[in-house]
Amino acid sequence: MHLKYESTLREPLVDGVKDYHQVTEDIIGPIEAKPGKLWYVGLTISVLLLLFGVFSVTWEVYWGTGVWNLNKTIGWGWDITNFVWWVGIGHAGTLISAILLLFRQGWRTGVNRAAEAMTIFAVMCAGQFPIWHMGRVWMAFFVLPYPNTRGPLWVNFNSPLLWDVFAISTYFTVSLLFWYSGLLPDFATVRDRAKTKLRKYLYGIASFGWTGSTKHWQRHEALSLVLAGLSTPLVLSVHTIVSFDFATSVIPGWHTTIFPPYFVAGAIFSGFAMVQTLLIITRKILGLEEYITLGHIEAMNKVIVLTGSIVGVAYLTELFMAWYSGSRYEFDTFYKFRAAGPLGWSYWIMMTCNVLSPQVFWFRKMRRNIMVTFIMSIIVNIGMWFERFVIICTSLYRDYLPSSWGYYRPSWPEVGFYLGTFGLFFTCYFLFAKYFPVIAVAEIKHVLKTSGQNYKEKMVKYELEDNDKFAHDQAHH
Amino acid sequence: MAVKKFVVGSFDDEAVLFPAVKKVRSAGYKIHDVYTPFPVHGLDHAMGLRETSLHTAGFIYGITGTTTALSFMSWVFTTDWPMNIGGKPHFPLPAFIPITFELTVLFAAVGMVMTFMYLCQLAPFVKKHVFHPRQSDDLFVMVIELTEKTRAEEVKAYLDSVGAKEINEQEVEAGWWLGRFDKEDKLFSQRTTPVNA
Repeated sequence: MHLKYESTLREPLVDGVKDYHQVTEDIIGPIEAKPGKLWYVGLTISVLLLLFGVFSVTWEVYWGTGVWNLNKTIGWGWDITNFVWWVGIGHAGTLISAILLLFRQGWRTGVNRAAEAMTIFAVMCAGQFPIWHMGRVWMAFFVLPYPNTRGPLWVNFNSPLLWDVFAISTYFTVSLLFWYSGLLPDFATVRDRAKTKLRKYLYGIASFGWTGSTKHWQRHEALSLVLAGLSTPLVLSVHTIVSFDFATSVIPGWHTTIFPPYFVAGAIFSGFAMVQTLLIITRKILGLEEYITLGHIEAMNKVIVLTGSIVGVAYLTELFMAWYSGSRYEFDTFYKFRAAGPLGWSYWIMMTCNVLSPQVFWFRKMRRNIMVTFIMSIIVNIGMWFERFVIICTSLYRDYLPSSWGYYRPSWPEVGFYLGTFGLFFTCYFLFAKYFPVIAVAEIKHVLKTSGQNYKEKMVKYELEDNDKFAHDQAHH
Repeated sequence: MAVKKFVVGSFDDEAVLFPAVKKVRSAGYKIHDVYTPFPVHGLDHAMGLRETSLHTAGFIYGITGTTTALSFMSWVFTTDWPMNIGGKPHFPLPAFIPITFELTVLFAAVGMVMTFMYLCQLAPFVKKHVFHPRQSDDLFVMVIELTEKTRAEEVKAYLDSVGAKEINEQEVEAGWWLGRFDKEDKLFSQRTTPVNA
């Protein structure tokens, strides 16, 4: 009962006059209603993009990776850029659901479900890139350590690329389990309310027979807490390991110890931007403004300005170290090729989008402005895509041999593949928004009495009185 | 299959539910379960349930993952196929850390979720008896099992006195999904002597 009372001075997490049933109605309602026109339009566009992506990938597999504009100098181009970008986007979901749960941040309840879904879809998109980059993709299972017919030949456990295999697959599995175990009670709510037989049957399967027994809740809470405890270092480890793909190499521009924390901060930065993009649209279309409040948006903008600034400091540290280390190759990579070379434009896009523009969120008015937030979220995502592009391409396109210096622009199958992952992501998200409870119903009900607008108003008169009196009145009214 | 009888009382506020649970327990009635739409903190203690050991299970699974990863990679690189990869040592412990960590988390998470599913008897296609359709919406449903010593009317009256809004009686077929019915000796329908005769 420790969540019984919270100061009225804090902004409520749920606006409006709500009781438990109203919460169910508001969040489950859209699942039971027919989707609007916008939903069909969005889903159609997404599916078309997805199909174009499938075509691009089929083309690439049929002809080989030669159809991509990668060459001997730039062996990683859009594919690995996109991989790191999508993985990074996934991170905000786990951050919101796990780290904020551990830190007892009540505001996560409004946004965690959608953010976790975003994580899963983003990791699905990310995983595609290294797999298709293998070229002979039917050999992809070679990355797994299994007893094979080629003698006792095993994978190289020293390789960061193999660490990636373990990191991404573990991350995906754990996120999926975390997400789905949280969904069980809400699926049960949909099932118990279902008016049609088909809905009752399908959500009956999805809810695994959840009833809400006290013992089950007790175990469920224990499970969520431990999964959060496991996911918190996991999310940090995943992007750290992704950064090892670069940091353990000896390429100037990659070989830096700052990469792990810098990548993690960047991942959270871009992830929160994507959460903003999705939730601003979702709350508008599904009418969930009272659950995903301005308070939520402001809180996430605070995370964006914090992580954006960390990323900014990392960029400047890199520049400083390139000069201070006295390494000529580092210096050239950073000052001549990155900031001023033929691909320099990408560096300045990155700097503008990631370091300068998020600083508007120092102002409260901007943090609480939906339009500004929406535009900023897109700018940040563009900026973070360019960060990965800058790291990969501007470190590779000019190596130690001037004779192999090159330039890089993507071919249509590379662009098509990238667009295809957008198709996959948004197809999944549209289906999620229609058929899943986009907000964790049970968790909202859990914080409703302490942080709902109407309950807060009721509590005003008790603000200066004794807690026990309040509890007593509640029990006997 | 055997059938059991229950008295089902619904409460609409957890603040009323708590004292009711305590009173019903001290009156000596057997609470089969309380179904709530969200986790009500402290309800497990009020009902006298013991703490879950799921954490301990998770720890054991995690340790299993750590040992599996470390011993497997060490065996591969030192015994089964000591390959020279760029002149690196055969037992590079620091390079084993990332995979060891990932497998620790993976084993712990997967193990815990499966244990959770097993303990709660949850799986796709499992159907359990729902005592009140609103127990997952806005009602807190207390289910009291009728035994040889209890009379339905008495329990109903008592539930009413402690603040239940809606009270009814339900007969439920005892299957494995309803707890440990089939393992218990005295089932309601097998009773030979009338209640409180």
